Amino acid sequence: MTPLAALLLRDTRLALRIGGGAFIGVLFFLMLVMLVPFAIGPDLALLARIGPAILWLGALLASLLGLDRLLATDHEDGSFDLILMARTPLELAVAAKALAHWVTIGLPLVIAAPLLGILLNLGPRAIGSVALTLLAGTPALTYIGLIGAALTVALRRGGLLIAVLVLPLNIPVLIFGVTASNAAMTGPVPFGAPFGILCALSLMSIVLGPFAAAIALRQGLD
Amino acid sequence: MLAVTGPNGAGKSSLLRLIAGLLRPSAGSVTLTGGDPELSIGEQAHYVGHQDALKASLTVAENLSFWASILGGAGKVEEALSRVGLGSLAPLPALHLSAGQRRRLSLARLLAIQRPIWLLDEPASSLDAPGGAMLAEITQMHVGGGGLILMAVHGATDIQASAELRLQGPSPNPRGTSRGQTP
Repeated sequence: MTPLAALLLRDTRLALRIGGGAFIGVLFFLMLVMLVPFAIGPDLALLARIGPAILWLGALLASLLGLDRLLATDHEDGSFDLILMARTPLELAVAAKALAHWVTIGLPLVIAAPLLGILLNLGPRAIGSVALTLLAGTPALTYIGLIGAALTVALRRGGLLIAVLVLPLNIPVLIFGVTASNAAMTGPVPFGAPFGILCALSLMSIVLGPFAAAIALRQGLD
Repeated sequence: MLAVTGPNGAGKSSLLRLIAGLLRPSAGSVTLTGGDPELSIGEQAHYVGHQDALKASLTVAENLSFWASILGGAGKVEEALSRVGLGSLAPLPALHLSAGQRRRLSLARLLAIQRPIWLLDEPASSLDAPGGAMLAEITQMHVGGGGLILMAVHGATDIQASAELRLQGPSPNPRGTSRGQTP
């Protein structure tokens, strides 16, 4: 098995086994979205109008969970020492770790979103557009989060600090994600324009995130 | 085989981490004569430190074969496990291992993947007497096969080192340069 496939498999396995925390994100997402209709009241038209924004907010916050463990566990138990001594570039190794994180945290959010959309009185068209924008946008959330995780890797309780570092960078993703979902429902902007920018944001962070994270991790060698 | 000795805080572990490329020297450099020029020293070395890099929820065999893949190739996982005396524990989650067994699993990495330089930071800690004898045997075998071992030791061991580097207590000007030579 190649080193990167091994890393991907191991991180996915760890997340799915006891204490791994793969479903914490999706449970948080479920709780948040389920509470909204109770808080807003039974105004179905209003729920349908703000539904995409609520789903996106929930996914954004849920994707922050688990970022503090993304790199910190390997830092604590000495695994990073060995990964640094492997013949695989650190950039690719952290990219593989982030991919495993997306598969276990981000992808379940995308899959859960259509079910939760029903709770918010979204029509089939809106549900489809939210799921599609989440599929395109959650990789950006993970790979931007990777930078925050690398910067706070040596801190014992870096969770909140990661959120403070990462949330401002996630705002463009949120804006274009919600705009694209709303555009598919009502217009007047065509769906393609904001969706294209959302895809561009994702691709950019997939490329830049691992480099920034590897630089941050190397700086930590002191 | 070089034994690095010295009192606590003398810099034994730091020296090994420096050679492995896990610490950046503030001055000086680490060079290796006779290695693969394409690879850094860390990429040709095994490092066994105080932290064992084991995941509690993976089994013994999964832990070792993961590190074998990361460090280069499929590796001889089963053979290495039985050599260090963990052959029968392969399907057990690493959570249930004792300190000595965790140490043996870390040492199994040395055998599963061939790398010419071994950097061992107090490898005998928490090993029992047969474990110590096993460690002495595998280090002798590695040196016999032309390998290089740098080992930080503290207290008596069964292992016969060919040379000793004694570090003095905390000094204002720690060593920045070390030369390794493959025999």
